Amino acid sequence: MSESAGAAATDTGIAPLVSGDIEGKSLGDRIYRGVTTVFAAAVPILLVLIALEVLIAAWPAFSRFGLSFLTSSSWDPVRQQFGAAPMIYGTLVSSALALLIATPFALGVAIFLAEFAPPWLRQPIAFTVDLLAAVPSVVYGLWGIFVLIPFLRTTVSPFLRDTLGLSALPFFAGADYGYNMLSASVILAIMILPYTSAVAREVLLAVPRSQREAALALGATKWETIRDAVIPYARSGIMGGIILGLGRALGETMAVTMLIGNRHEISTSLYAPAYTMASLIANEFAEATGDVHISALMAVGAVLMLTTLIVNVIARWLVWRVSREVRA
Amino acid sequence: MLALAACSQRDAGSKDSTAAASSGRVDLTGAGATFPYPIYAKWFSVYDSIKGVKINYQSVGSGGGIRQLQEQTVDFGASDAPMSDDEISKAKGGPVLHLPTVLGAVVITYNLTGVTQPLRLTGPVIADIFLGKITKWNDQRIAALNPGVKLPNTDALVVHRSEGSGTTFIFTDYLSAVSPAWKAGPGKGKEVQWPVGLGGRGNEAVAGQVKQTPGAIGYVELAYARQNNLPTAHVKNTTDAFVNPTIESITAAAAGAMSGLGAGSDYRVSIVNAPGAQSYPISSFTWILVYQAQPDATKGQKLVDFMKWMYGEGEDYASALDYAPLPIELRQQLTARLSEIRLGTAAQ
Repeated sequence: MSESAGAAATDTGIAPLVSGDIEGKSLGDRIYRGVTTVFAAAVPILLVLIALEVLIAAWPAFSRFGLSFLTSSSWDPVRQQFGAAPMIYGTLVSSALALLIATPFALGVAIFLAEFAPPWLRQPIAFTVDLLAAVPSVVYGLWGIFVLIPFLRTTVSPFLRDTLGLSALPFFAGADYGYNMLSASVILAIMILPYTSAVAREVLLAVPRSQREAALALGATKWETIRDAVIPYARSGIMGGIILGLGRALGETMAVTMLIGNRHEISTSLYAPAYTMASLIANEFAEATGDVHISALMAVGAVLMLTTLIVNVIARWLVWRVSREVRA
Repeated sequence: MLALAACSQRDAGSKDSTAAASSGRVDLTGAGATFPYPIYAKWFSVYDSIKGVKINYQSVGSGGGIRQLQEQTVDFGASDAPMSDDEISKAKGGPVLHLPTVLGAVVITYNLTGVTQPLRLTGPVIADIFLGKITKWNDQRIAALNPGVKLPNTDALVVHRSEGSGTTFIFTDYLSAVSPAWKAGPGKGKEVQWPVGLGGRGNEAVAGQVKQTPGAIGYVELAYARQNNLPTAHVKNTTDAFVNPTIESITAAAAGAMSGLGAGSDYRVSIVNAPGAQSYPISSFTWILVYQAQPDATKGQKLVDFMKWMYGEGEDYASALDYAPLPIELRQQLTARLSEIRLGTAAQ
């Protein structure tokens, strides 16, 4: 330890004139460096502090309920019994569904804009799609209540059940009251679409011309060029865009709360009301008075943070693996 | 000359007061329940214009109000549910007084096409609908209460509040009082484990979901239902009368409950299912919470003065905002109780 520290010291000692002269000559440079270092350090420190604070507050609930906090479906503030399984399930399923719905659309938009759209059309469409990200969450919620839910209930739902005959499947069983997993997932899909599509678009536009020209020169059609030359090149970036959308979906609160029906119950049916972790915290924190209740909500917060972390790690790993394949 | 002097004096005076206003001088701060916020905001603004005492109130919810009072970060709290003994024992400033301010009520709203006259319901029937035991609108027990009404053969879809709220507390307090099955099951609280139904955030979401869904039934606070012309059920009270929720029938409930509120009462009482022929059964007080010991005598005096004004003139503003004023005898009793607040002393 001391040896390596010594070695490092000698290292800097060997080339003091060069590095010292360039980096540390003026006071301004040193201050600049110091300030940026503080900024850079502040973010991880803040994150660690937040995580610590949440964990400390969540500890009483974890120690009281143990693993059953993650597996139990009973959320009873009157009797101080708390289990977060329905919320964990709801968060994961609504986000996954949203991703499933949003990704094809987002990629379609991105490919059209990058490959097919004439320049005069590209800007307006790109701008409109980006604008989706600027709409406040509560507005999505209201739109969901007044437009999306009636539409899903009176048009989409009968089509899925009667025309396609899907009511035999457990996913479409039961009565449809509109406030359910399906509505929440659709609204989430619309909300994450601009993130995924903006990233995918930029990445596709960044693919070098030579890549396309080479494919075309080999006699590939436009479709084959995009499929075999452009998309594989941009794959890791596109994955990054999807992950960005997923992160957004996991944490989205207001619009989901307004549409999901807020029911502490796991049901396979998409027509059944459900609950997400973020919605639960938003709903209950203000009026929670009992220590156990507050701690349980903090514990849900900790689980949500952990879930996001795990999802991000998996996503990073996917991106890393894909980009390594491309390089190979 | 004199007029000029007076004028300039007044100018100076008004400049002072604007300076005070712009510097954000606040005499008292409070936090708590959102349900009485409209009437509290009205009171504080009127009181400021009369007495020049500025009261700042954050409607963060009853739970938040209680927490802030316990931590002494506010001069008073406000809650739709009384504090438990446990919560009072955690208050850092000593004993807490519960001072009822106005009355609120919870009404049952529903969406039944073709039913034009108000639905009549009893406590046990409401409880069984919310327990999921009565699932159809043409159930015998509902039909028996509503002779001559053609009830549809549709599912009764329950809509409740998703977030913790005083409205839920009052409603579940009532259901616990009238239904042993409810008491043993979900119980009472600002948030309970609902056996069936959908959760909506806020009165507006519950009302919205009921409006949109044929066959839905939900509960909202009276003021919200009145302002939005929602259909409301008449509920059977202790004298077997079906009572329409109105300002008068709620004040009547408080008057009916007065007999149980002697001089020694701490006013942490539920008035659901109150006696009296005119009493609407799902009524409740909402409270301002203050420490009995007020170490800061100036602030304490301002608080007491405000409460005295509120129990006098203040109550007249209530009904215009769809809150039921306290019965006059109760206001006198509570004004007398303000003398229990000790100024300039710390908690023992």
